[in-house]
Amino acid sequence: MKALVFLEHHEGQLEKGGLGVLSKAASLGDAAGVVLGPGAAELAARAGAFGAAKAYACEDEALAAALPQPRVDALEVLVEKTRADAVLFAASVLAADVAAGLAARLEAGLNWDLTDFELRGDELVGKRQALGDTVLVDVGWTGSPRLGLVRAGAFDPVESGGSADVEAFESPFSGFSSLSALIGQSVEATSGPSIEDADIIVAGGRGLGSPEAFSLLEELAAALGGAVAATRAVVDAGWYPYSTQVGQTGKTVSPKLYIACGISGAIQHKVGMQGAGTIIAINKDPNAPIFDFCDVGVVGDLHQIVPKLTELVRAARS
Amino acid sequence: MKIAVCVKHVPDATVHKRIDPTTKRLDRSGESALNPTDLNAVEEALRVKEAQGGEVVLVSLGPPKAADSLRKALAMGADRAVLVSDEAAAGSDLLGTSRVLAAVLEREAADLVLFGQASSDGDGAVLWAAVADRLRQPVISQVAALTFEGDEVHGKRQTEHGYDTISVPLPGVVAVSDAINEPRYPSLKGIMGAKTKPQETLSLAEIGLGSEAAGDASARTTVLDLGPPPSRGDQIKIEDDGTAAQKIVDLILEKRLL
Ligand SMILES: Cc1cc2nc3c(=O)[nH]c(=O)nc-3n(C[C@H](O)[C@H](O)[C@H](O)COP(=O)(O)OP(=O)(O)OC[C@H]3O[C@@H](n4cnc5c(N)ncnc54)[C@H](O)[C@@H]3O)c2cc1C
Ligand SMILES: Nc1ncnc2c1ncn2[C@@H]1O[C@H](COP(=O)(O)O)[C@@H](O)[C@H]1O
Repeated sequence: MKALVFLEHHEGQLEKGGLGVLSKAASLGDAAGVVLGPGAAELAARAGAFGAAKAYACEDEALAAALPQPRVDALEVLVEKTRADAVLFAASVLAADVAAGLAARLEAGLNWDLTDFELRGDELVGKRQALGDTVLVDVGWTGSPRLGLVRAGAFDPVESGGSADVEAFESPFSGFSSLSALIGQSVEATSGPSIEDADIIVAGGRGLGSPEAFSLLEELAAALGGAVAATRAVVDAGWYPYSTQVGQTGKTVSPKLYIACGISGAIQHKVGMQGAGTIIAINKDPNAPIFDFCDVGVVGDLHQIVPKLTELVRAARS
Repeated sequence: MKIAVCVKHVPDATVHKRIDPTTKRLDRSGESALNPTDLNAVEEALRVKEAQGGEVVLVSLGPPKAADSLRKALAMGADRAVLVSDEAAAGSDLLGTSRVLAAVLEREAADLVLFGQASSDGDGAVLWAAVADRLRQPVISQVAALTFEGDEVHGKRQTEHGYDTISVPLPGVVAVSDAINEPRYPSLKGIMGAKTKPQETLSLAEIGLGSEAAGDASARTTVLDLGPPPSRGDQIKIEDDGTAAQKIVDLILEKRLL
């Protein structure tokens, strides 16, 4: 295997997800890092510590904003130049769109949501859980290069202490790929204690029905001595702060107890909380996917159950 | 404003989804429905049409019975539907699906192409990027708020670091988040009216593609093996009969989690 691993970066740091995939790929064969955007060369040098003997950097200003399409152009050039037979990505909002755009550009197969990959002989084989994680599938590729998008958090970076030979490269950009522009950015301020440190988390989703209903969860969390978290659906809707979001694009938490209220259990939420010791789910839909991966599933109306629970917890503690 | 919305026909949420161990394809024999998060894309298209005038066209690749799902979106208010249905397209992966949709979208030449958040069976949440590359159009995904500014759209979307606002000139491709709106229910009038709205079903040949352009023949990914997923161990399931809160507290105390 001769793999390129896409290394995403933010504010002068390589992201852990990409470094984890790089460490894994380097343990199987020849893996080179790819860093795109101004400042890329310096960052690319750091890939050596995670097993890359080689790292490619394109510093073009066209790659300054974290937008996918110019990255497809650059990777197309690099795959051509290096004859790589695999291009691997750690899932992120940006990387998913880069990977799929590149698949169409190169007519190359893309397997997503990989939780692991290995070599069988010369063949790359991916492992993924499909259909809401109800089945484990071994996936393969026909043709080259083989593109893989790895589930967030699947691999931790492993520092091996090597150094990478950094090679700069240039890329032309297609007209359409530079049409989108980043015109605004906001980072919501964090207030209160971080949910990452909490032993007990009470999390709410769209099943709450309204932003006001979060007060039910705040009371339960206060009674339990825990923190309140949220799904992307309610954060995107402006019901609860971004800093409390659990999941692929939010925080990864591993409390002793996670009580999910009105949360369907999408994979992108699961990846942020599956490390919890005990997961209790309250959902009125008996078919909700969260019932497949909780320890205790309660089919019922959270508006009935949560206030009672709060009373009983208070009583038990006094 | 002409808006095309890509929608998928998927197994209903109540169906226990399974991969057929012999064909290694998703078993599509049970009840099916329109992919839930695609309703958000349809709703957004209808709102744009209501504000600016225009036409909303549904575009789908799927089995013949996908026509029923499309009728539901027509009942919400979409104007017409184009379904590509062809035996040769069965087993399409990202490459074949994106090629078929792009071929229909080329023909339709919409100002704006909308996608839902993810298909509940494939859960790739990636198709738009492949389609946009084939159409050579700009794309933005995960959009939680969409506004029109002259001949551009501005999308606000969440990333791992906060919220970005991205401008996309039209024609362009936008994939929405499931939080962008609350999809409407079809009215009785809408349901009646949907029966007479134009619904085309086309073969691959009719959209100018050969049989090798989609389906198994075009797939570059394969399913090698199926197995059981890792399990969390014993699970307890409780139907709430008024005592669930007590049972939860008992369990929390028993496990010494307080
Ligand atoms: C690239 C990408 C990244 C993402 N990142 C994240 C992430 O970081 N975090 C995240 O959470 N999601 C993320 N998502 C979104 C994810 O796919 C789901 O859309 C989201 O988690 C759904 O949120 P929800 O469970 O609140 O809403 P829904 O899926 O709408 O679920 C609501 C649930 O509430 C139940 N319910 C309704 N009323 C009641 C009631 N009265 N009592 C009890 N239950 C009730 C319903 O049965 C339903 O199951 C991401 C998606 C993508 C594509
Ligand atoms: N067969 C299909 N026909 C039309 N649109 C589709 C099809 N499959 C997926 N889509 C669209 O692409 C989005 C993302 O799908 P996916 O990448 O499969 O998760 C869905 O929400 C739909 O809007």
